[in-house]
Amino acid sequence: MAQAVGKRVLPGFGLSVGYTLVYLSLIVLIPLSAVFISAASMQWNEFWQVVSSPQVVSSYRVSFLTSLLAALINSLFGLLIAWSLVRYNFFGKRLVDALIDLPFALPTAVAGITLSALYAKNGWIGSLFAPFGIKIAFTPLGILIALIFIGLPFVVRTIQPVLQELSLEFEEAAATLGATRWQAFSRVVLPALLPAMLTGFALAFARAVGEYGSVIFIAGNVPMVSEITPLLIITRLEQFDVAGATAIATVMLVVSFSLLLIINGLQHWAGSRKRYLTGGDFA
Amino acid sequence: MSGMVGGIQAYRGSEVYELSPATREPQWARLTILGLSLLFFAIFLLMPLLAVFVEALRKGWEVYWQAITNPDTGAAIRLTLLAAAIAIPLNVVFGVAAAWCISKFEFRGKQLLITLIDLPFSVSPVVAGLVYVLVFGAHGWLGEWLSEHNIKIIFAVPGIVLATIFVTFPFVARELIPLMQAQGTDAEEAAVSLGASGWQTFWRVTLPSIKWGLLYGVILCNARAMGEFGAVSVVSGHLRGQTTTLPLHVEILYNEYQFAAAFAVASLLALLALVTLGIKLFIEWRSA
Repeated sequence: MAQAVGKRVLPGFGLSVGYTLVYLSLIVLIPLSAVFISAASMQWNEFWQVVSSPQVVSSYRVSFLTSLLAALINSLFGLLIAWSLVRYNFFGKRLVDALIDLPFALPTAVAGITLSALYAKNGWIGSLFAPFGIKIAFTPLGILIALIFIGLPFVVRTIQPVLQELSLEFEEAAATLGATRWQAFSRVVLPALLPAMLTGFALAFARAVGEYGSVIFIAGNVPMVSEITPLLIITRLEQFDVAGATAIATVMLVVSFSLLLIINGLQHWAGSRKRYLTGGDFA
Repeated sequence: MSGMVGGIQAYRGSEVYELSPATREPQWARLTILGLSLLFFAIFLLMPLLAVFVEALRKGWEVYWQAITNPDTGAAIRLTLLAAAIAIPLNVVFGVAAAWCISKFEFRGKQLLITLIDLPFSVSPVVAGLVYVLVFGAHGWLGEWLSEHNIKIIFAVPGIVLATIFVTFPFVARELIPLMQAQGTDAEEAAVSLGASGWQTFWRVTLPSIKWGLLYGVILCNARAMGEFGAVSVVSGHLRGQTTTLPLHVEILYNEYQFAAAFAVASLLALLALVTLGIKLFIEWRSA
């Protein structure tokens, strides 16, 4: 009702929606469409040759596997960290909570050179593994480390508010009914957190697939071994092969848009379950 | 991608969970969870943060000071500030306009509009740079026209500014949309029915109530604008002292094996990140 009145009373709809659409089109939509239009002007054979060449396919594999693994590791430790922040009191909690957002605030290039210094064979962490013949920096393991770094806050910051608002009644009811703490967690709390965990996982994965700055310094960038897909776009551009870069970018954009749709669906699902899970029906 | 920036939120004290055995873990479980969390935190977040400063000062203050007072560093700082100074106001105006129409009115396609505003977050920074090469580059849509009129966008400052605007595009809108949706339209309607004009309503009623959310969006936008690497790298051309922002300058120094200098410049950006997190804490505290 208020909305219906608002439509008549408040001014500025035409101006604000008009400006929004023009700015959105000029900065985002038209430039992005350039990728698809340029790709469409390529011969199909030519396009296919670029996006299915062994070096490019190998980069999909590296990007996909390292992103998947990083998002999985972040989902597990992100849950533990969110749990600690919400449920426990400990010394330095405010500091930990504030620094979780560091990967959002720290420029990726800084993260990249720092992580490669830490994990190089003479670095603080790399030197612990070097005696066992384990190389981290300049291998796919290094890519994994960088992707864990940049993805962590997505998972923590998605789970944390849901855990914060989760009604205590569910766990109390479970305990009353004779559930052990583990049963209450795995059958009551975990299912309630699942939409948020999946959303966090998808956000971390989506970010990891496109990540460039923090990865290239630590990856070593060995063809067929530790080259990520965004790097191949840069390489093509440096060779003035704009068409090749565009073809690879098209594949990446299709993946990004699919992930965006999945994430929207997950957030919708999480949102529709939120009222129920935060005790809206109990209070 | 609402998980992106966390949002401003209030806290329920963790003491609540200690009261009942139903929400309390056994001591060993609690110590394991806390121990693993803090270990992961220390390895993946704390150590990198410390390492930036340790590496920056490895060769002493003199090298550090030389690196950050170098003329090329100065030029990089100026370009970084310029890009942020253009990108932030533009994205603020857009964010306010988008949040106004989305939160104060009902219209078809609203959900689609919200999704489209998020697009730049889901696009790889490298692709973000590439799109402007396709539009403004030598062989791009406007390439011929631009070179006839002697205008350089790609491999020049305008390209860097455009790429920065693109990657920071959603930040302000993302903060303001949920905030203004939650606030509804009652206050504005009251103001208008009392005879205020649209602009008066916005400046005196809406703006004061969204100022912290707006500031939050601005500092996140600023952090990304000053720190962007991938998108800017594609359109920059890496002309030292001319088209290198601070993160690109870090890369150049690093690739020249001037590690102490690279980390010295990087430490400036790390300080910026810490200031950003500090202001974020302050806003959360003020608006809690």
